Amino acid sequence: MTKKIAFEVNGKKVELEVQPGETLLEVLRYRLHYTGVKKGCAVGECGACTVLIDGTPTNSCIYLAVWADGKEIRTIEGVAKDGELSKVQKSFVEEGAIQCGFCTPGFVLTATAMVESGKKYSREEIKRELSGHLCRCTGYQKIIKAVEKSLQD
Amino acid sequence: MYNIEKYYEASTVREAVQLLADNPDLLVIAGGTDVLIKMHGGKIEKAGLLSLRKVKSLEAIEKSPDGLISIGSLVTFTQLANDPVIKDNIPALAEASLSMGGPQIRNMATIGGNLCNGVPSADSAPALFALDAQLRLQDKEGERVIPIQEFFLGPGKVALKQGEILTEILVSPENYNGYGGHYIKFSMRKAMDIATLGVAVVCKLKDKGTFDNVRIGLGVAGPTPLRCREAEEYAREKAISSQTLKEIARIAVKSTKARSSWRASKEYREHLVEELTWRALKIAVGRAGGVEID
Amino acid sequence: MTKKVVGQREIRVDAVAKVTGKAKYTDDFFEREMLVGKILRSPYAHARVKNIDVSKARALPGVEAVLTYKDVPQNRFATAGHPYALDPKKRDPEDRTILTDKARFVGDEIAAVAAVDELTAEQALKLIDVEYEVLEPVLTPEAALTEGAPRIHDDCENNIVSSKGYEIGDIEETFKKADYVFEDEFETSIVQHCQLENHISYSYIDGDGRIVIVSSTQIPHICRRIVGQALGIPWGRVRVIKPYVGGGFGSKQDICLEALNAAMTIAVDGRPVKLELSREECMIATRTRHAFKYIFKTAVSKEGKLLGTQVTAISNTGAYASHGHAISMSAGAKFRPLYSFEAIKFSPVTVYTNLPVAGAMRAYGVPQIKFALESHVENIARKLNMNPIEFRRKNFRGAGYVDPITGNKVLSCGIEECVKRGKELINWEEKKVRYKDQKGFMRRGLGMACFSYASGTYPAGQEIAGARIVLNQDGSVQLQIGATEIGQGSDTVFAQMTAEALGIPLDMVHVISTQDTDISPFDTGAYASRQTYITGMAVKKAALEVKEKVLDFVLGMTGIPKEALDIADANIIYKDSREVIMPLSEAAMQSYYDTAFASPITSDTSNNARVNAMSFGVTFAEVEVDIKTGKVEVLEIFNVHDSGKIINPQLAEGQVHGGVSMGIGYALSERLLFNEKTGEPLNNNLLDYKLPTIMDTPQIGVDFVETFEPTGPFGCKSLGEPPTITPAPAIRNAVLDATGVAFNRIPINPQYAFEKFKEAGLI
Repeated sequence: MTKKIAFEVNGKKVELEVQPGETLLEVLRYRLHYTGVKKGCAVGECGACTVLIDGTPTNSCIYLAVWADGKEIRTIEGVAKDGELSKVQKSFVEEGAIQCGFCTPGFVLTATAMVESGKKYSREEIKRELSGHLCRCTGYQKIIKAVEKSLQD
Repeated sequence: MYNIEKYYEASTVREAVQLLADNPDLLVIAGGTDVLIKMHGGKIEKAGLLSLRKVKSLEAIEKSPDGLISIGSLVTFTQLANDPVIKDNIPALAEASLSMGGPQIRNMATIGGNLCNGVPSADSAPALFALDAQLRLQDKEGERVIPIQEFFLGPGKVALKQGEILTEILVSPENYNGYGGHYIKFSMRKAMDIATLGVAVVCKLKDKGTFDNVRIGLGVAGPTPLRCREAEEYAREKAISSQTLKEIARIAVKSTKARSSWRASKEYREHLVEELTWRALKIAVGRAGGVEID
Repeated sequence: MTKKVVGQREIRVDAVAKVTGKAKYTDDFFEREMLVGKILRSPYAHARVKNIDVSKARALPGVEAVLTYKDVPQNRFATAGHPYALDPKKRDPEDRTILTDKARFVGDEIAAVAAVDELTAEQALKLIDVEYEVLEPVLTPEAALTEGAPRIHDDCENNIVSSKGYEIGDIEETFKKADYVFEDEFETSIVQHCQLENHISYSYIDGDGRIVIVSSTQIPHICRRIVGQALGIPWGRVRVIKPYVGGGFGSKQDICLEALNAAMTIAVDGRPVKLELSREECMIATRTRHAFKYIFKTAVSKEGKLLGTQVTAISNTGAYASHGHAISMSAGAKFRPLYSFEAIKFSPVTVYTNLPVAGAMRAYGVPQIKFALESHVENIARKLNMNPIEFRRKNFRGAGYVDPITGNKVLSCGIEECVKRGKELINWEEKKVRYKDQKGFMRRGLGMACFSYASGTYPAGQEIAGARIVLNQDGSVQLQIGATEIGQGSDTVFAQMTAEALGIPLDMVHVISTQDTDISPFDTGAYASRQTYITGMAVKKAALEVKEKVLDFVLGMTGIPKEALDIADANIIYKDSREVIMPLSEAAMQSYYDTAFASPITSDTSNNARVNAMSFGVTFAEVEVDIKTGKVEVLEIFNVHDSGKIINPQLAEGQVHGGVSMGIGYALSERLLFNEKTGEPLNNNLLDYKLPTIMDTPQIGVDFVETFEPTGPFGCKSLGEPPTITPAPAIRNAVLDATGVAFNRIPINPQYAFEKFKEAGLI
């Protein structure tokens, strides 16, 4: 039993036959080769697989591919435009917010959603918004700084 | 890859209950944050799923002219935490919603799923217990409305009959108008955690210094979320003082059926019930316009 | 003047690759028709396989191979990522085989399946019938040491892996002459690395019939050797490739998957097989941190001099030896340069139990012993009514100390300055006054703890490192190292060292981040905080060699004596006047294409370091304790490090942040739990295992006291592991300061704190 779905990834239209048990993570990584989407736990506890679905940060490991029908999906591969890093990406690079890099795509995408929301965030609110992402390398310090910097006008 | 053998999607409640009547072995899925995790952990081996995700009619939070708040079962925790109707009228539920999981989970997880999963740690339950919420359940034959206290039967067991789905959570104006409330989630981490104990308190005052009534809902203090009836009874029309609050909190423990597990001992949980009920009461009294207690 | 590169906040060389999702990790490569490997794990902590029937699994369509111990070589091998020892007596215990017929922990590897997809592989596992003879599980070191306890390994009496200790000076004499003798017991818990990328590898046989393994490993060259040993094949028949690694912290300084993965590809005629662990598997079936029990008995004079200490330790290494014996020795060695004990008796015993295997984890036994020692020292200072900071200062050894066992000499030591700065940063004096007489149920306190650490393993281990530099036509270089980037930033600091030594800008150094044992220079890998110090020596040597060759070539081109030449900003210049003679690229072009003298310039060096540098540091912490609920919150925390010259302050701060965060988890929340009767894991997932989230992590303050270490490249010493050593004792001492309750176990989680506060009559 498969189901045909149509969605956009980073602005590109995709049509696929998927099985109901396939996750969006698996479709993005193993069928479409968006390998910037990372798998850290498979149960929504680490945030490494976060992508933006219609602009909303979502754990793609517990999101069935069939649900992506008709959605716009953004992965880390779609954040830089024309070879130019986004403001969030630049801040992560400049602030040294990256170590092993495995959690980085997820953090960058959630931060991107925050920037694009146009909202103002206190430091506590920034931490809360990022709290669905685990990082074992950085102690989160430079990530917070990078996101603060991204949110500055 | 999850082992999903069959997959159906409904776009209306009517369609959903029909599909469920025709395929009684289907498992209902909404946000997926419980069902898929159980599948990953092997607690559900093979599944046929009925997805409610396209049932748009269940996504709304509304307040009717007479004050009845209805929350569609597909409302997400992010919606609950940000919705002005919830924040202004039943803030304990907004606080509980914000304490649940992390942002990505809150973006997906639904209040209906949280309740139907039936675990004692369901983050939305203590507040809804304290608010005397009612649940609207529907099957092919029709619908019924039951108090939330009758919904939770045991760990992971709820009062959904075969073919029935939860469609709405209702909070009546007489249960929130004039009440102050507060929710405390006690957990090991400040995010991405399940509650060691959840305490929701709502209270209404006769005047600044006297209770009209108090309602206390607890999570993880027994096999189901529960109410502290004896403590509530004691609190009725009592003068508000540090002493009364402590006594209410002390009596609250009597309604619990905590167990020791590797997460926490019975003794510690009971101690937390008393301490956190007291803390939640203090804030709820303040929010209801009562005197400040130290 | 040429721009300094070493010591600057240079941006990581891999930052853009990682922030755009282009950096490729093991699971980001694809092989056509790659099979999926899965492991059947024992449900029992201790059991013998009486019978195993795989016929139903083999018959399942889509299953390509099912392996049990009968189907794979049964060569015994050791998994610890150590340099090989030519002397058999110095090798790690060889107590493993690929797949086993005796389960030694819940999760032990009984059988394996290679199938066309994940679901088929999982289904096949369920079709394997195993008949177990269930044996009595041995779940604590005490039980393992009991006379008549079941043997976990048939050839290991008493379940003792090792009990090698040492005695320096005359410990009994110090007890005799002491004015006081203090004794304390401490206990640490089993914790897990929780690097974000789980263990993963894939393997295939290439056209030459050689086994290729792509793996997320810290130790590719060691991996090649161990796979060769496990399979009983010449080591040159194995090729290991290490792409980007999503964190390791020591868990990937061990061979957890690769030998089995190689056996799986052999079983399917060399077709590619991927072996990826789930998070749940990774947390129990790779490695954990050893839980230790310590008894410190310490002789002190009435002036507050530490005279001697007798240390008794029990280390729980779990089902297999892995790094066990070496971790006890590391613990016993690395604390010695700090306090001037006249005598030390160290008596460890490392014990097998039927629990997951403990191995290397950031700071290798030292967080455990330092939790115990710094808590003990704090207790002593308080009992003597002495200021705990002054008490410690009075006993620092300082520079000049020569370790009587290792012969390592402390040539640089900034511990005094570290303590001074930390004290200022946290505003110690003022807060001590402010928090003097607290009465309520929310109380604050201050604590601190000091450490010493080593840079690499010498002389316990060999410290060999290789670097290769190739000069391109444009004057840029490729740098190849056998040392591994696993997130810590080693590629970047090596690039900085190369740029600095060679006189070129950083962006002209292209680091080959991937290690490939066929191509990369030999280096043992990322562990023991060794790479910046040890591999840095090789990198500097290679860069200077290239520079010499370039200047030789320019001498040939121009006749200008080498002594008069230098390279700066990618130009050949007169050393004294700094006048530019030609761009480096011109010499480089000539080195490739001059019809008479062309000789492209490279360097391929190795460095066998026979030195070790001691690094030092301190944690200062302020906590607030909610006595009623048992919750401890870290309000402020500062780590001040003497790691010699800091090559890249931004990366160095990042190392400290991560280490402190891990230390906070160790102090307050992290603990792997097991059913006390069956040994089944209870919380092997990221929800129930409480590593700190961003909301649980306070602001972490960092400072460096930059001494100059004469043996280190550019004056540097170790930094990777040290930050995680002292947060736990500093927090524990702060809780003691706040509440008067002396905890002797970590984590100090709310349940445990509740029990202790109740016992103390606080609630």
